[in-house]
Amino acid sequence: MATKILTEHVAVPGIETFDVYRKQGGYTAVEKALKTLSPEAVVEEVKKAGVRGRGGAGFPMGMKWSFLAKPEGVPRYLVCNADESEPGTFKDHYLMKNLPHLLIEGMIVSSFALGANKSFIYVRGELMYVIHILEKAIAEAKAAGFLGKNILGSGYDLELVVQPGGGAYICGEETALLESLEGKRGNPRNKPPFPAVKGLYQSPTVVNNVESIATTPWIINNGGDAYAAIGIGRSTGTKLISASGHIRKPGVYEIDLGVSVEDFIYADEWCGGIRPGHKLKAVVAGGSSVPILPADKILTTAAGEKRLMTYESLSDGGFQTGTMLGSGGFIVFDETACIVRNTWNFARFYHHESCGQCSPCREGTGWMEKVLHRIEYGHGHQQDLDLLVDVAKKIEGNTICPLGDAAAWPVASAIRHFRDEFQWHIDRPHEATQPGAVYKGDMAASADRLV
Amino acid sequence: MTTETNNTIQFTPERLAKANEIIARYPEGKQKSALLPLLHLLQEQEGWTPAEGMDYVAELLNIEPIEVYEVATFYTMYHVKPVGKHVIEYCRTGPCCLMGGEEVFAHLKQRLGIEAGQTTVDGQFTIKEVECLAACGMGPVFQVREKYHMHLTNERVDEIIDELSK
Repeated sequence: MATKILTEHVAVPGIETFDVYRKQGGYTAVEKALKTLSPEAVVEEVKKAGVRGRGGAGFPMGMKWSFLAKPEGVPRYLVCNADESEPGTFKDHYLMKNLPHLLIEGMIVSSFALGANKSFIYVRGELMYVIHILEKAIAEAKAAGFLGKNILGSGYDLELVVQPGGGAYICGEETALLESLEGKRGNPRNKPPFPAVKGLYQSPTVVNNVESIATTPWIINNGGDAYAAIGIGRSTGTKLISASGHIRKPGVYEIDLGVSVEDFIYADEWCGGIRPGHKLKAVVAGGSSVPILPADKILTTAAGEKRLMTYESLSDGGFQTGTMLGSGGFIVFDETACIVRNTWNFARFYHHESCGQCSPCREGTGWMEKVLHRIEYGHGHQQDLDLLVDVAKKIEGNTICPLGDAAAWPVASAIRHFRDEFQWHIDRPHEATQPGAVYKGDMAASADRLV
Repeated sequence: MTTETNNTIQFTPERLAKANEIIARYPEGKQKSALLPLLHLLQEQEGWTPAEGMDYVAELLNIEPIEVYEVATFYTMYHVKPVGKHVIEYCRTGPCCLMGGEEVFAHLKQRLGIEAGQTTVDGQFTIKEVECLAACGMGPVFQVREKYHMHLTNERVDEIIDELSK
């Protein structure tokens, strides 16, 4: 039975309003924290919970909080990263649209813990309708005395500002987000200094993902130990998974970390299996930037064990046979999907979204897109595959921010695991460029490639 | 805050009030933070972000016009050239394509008789290709202003175009 830490009340009619949310036990974590706990005690509970950054990096949230510098007389900021733009990921969109007060409650608890009196929710500009939902919810919370001056008579003041982005994937990178919030182009900053020391307006700042912040009310109400009791090992708690692609039931699912990948794909509770009449070919498990894995490798680790939906199990085997949990953007491909076309599509995405600051990323993403385009359209050369791997290697690790890595991994992994499919495009361009043509070669010969 | 200007484009009194409210959200001296929201406000009023409007925004924020231009051209949502009455922002990214997005997109372009980046001769529609809109489980998807249209099919596209054409 899955624990519903975030989505327990999602189906309650009117849950987006303050009154209904409050009736379901909403804002009790604010009361508990502000009336009975010190900020340090809140940080301690979040540390105990072991919750890891849900935006994709998986860095322990409590530890990130404890790095926040606290010089006298300098304001500190909490900024919620709601710039969800990683292809395959739509869980923060779902959470904010359906449960705006959960995020606001989490923002109050988290801001209190960090000693921030003005906090920001940076939402991608395309989600303007969600921004209106959040602004309405903030006004309700303020009217009820949960925001503003002297909240619940505790002496603690907090103002929440919802900031729209302007359309740029790069602003999901925390320092680019801060630049954008300061009214500039979203160019990532060199680190150090880290935002915890010099962030927004050069003040100490914590940037956390929507889902991460939304865990804090439950953690405060139930305790960090209770949260850590869910999941397996260092993958504590629950995770929202955005499921898309060739499955029977696309959508957002809250799972206990530790569910098997096989169950997640095939059980009726979650994806409900591959669409009728088709078979599983590949999965991108954590948003477009994580390595793509063929069916056999996503279901089973190299050691022959069932792969689980945890940070550790998904990355088991490193990039040779494993991948990453990332943002939980779970994209499923059946046998009708062309891996070459999808890889070109993702490469085009990263080329389009590169901010252009670092040459390896600016130029490399463009080369990868161009080479993949010519392979997909029947003009590939034999040396192109090695060229792609070489370009990917030269981007990886050589850029200010992780967008370079994010662009390199999908290309390198697609060639690693589906080299024969790329080779087919190069060897038999007339066949490969027929409308709807998809490689069936090796996969038909080796049964374990399709599940 | 600036209320007098020589610019040919200015906010309506309601939008100016809204703009001042936005500017006041940020700490003293950090008013440039209002730039992205104000550009959205400008686009909401004018349909795009003409240079005169950007100069006006620069005046309101007491910054150089170049600081506005460099931001408007960095972010994909701002239309720095005139567009049609309805801008259809169509997701071209992988997960939507898996759901038949490319076929539906081809139908949309055929139906309107234009390619991505173009505007119909009657000035009614512009098609703009965009990247992932964070609605992958509901693909294919496009957005018209604030509204998300999801689970698109050729038939659904026709209905939406008919509706917008009224």
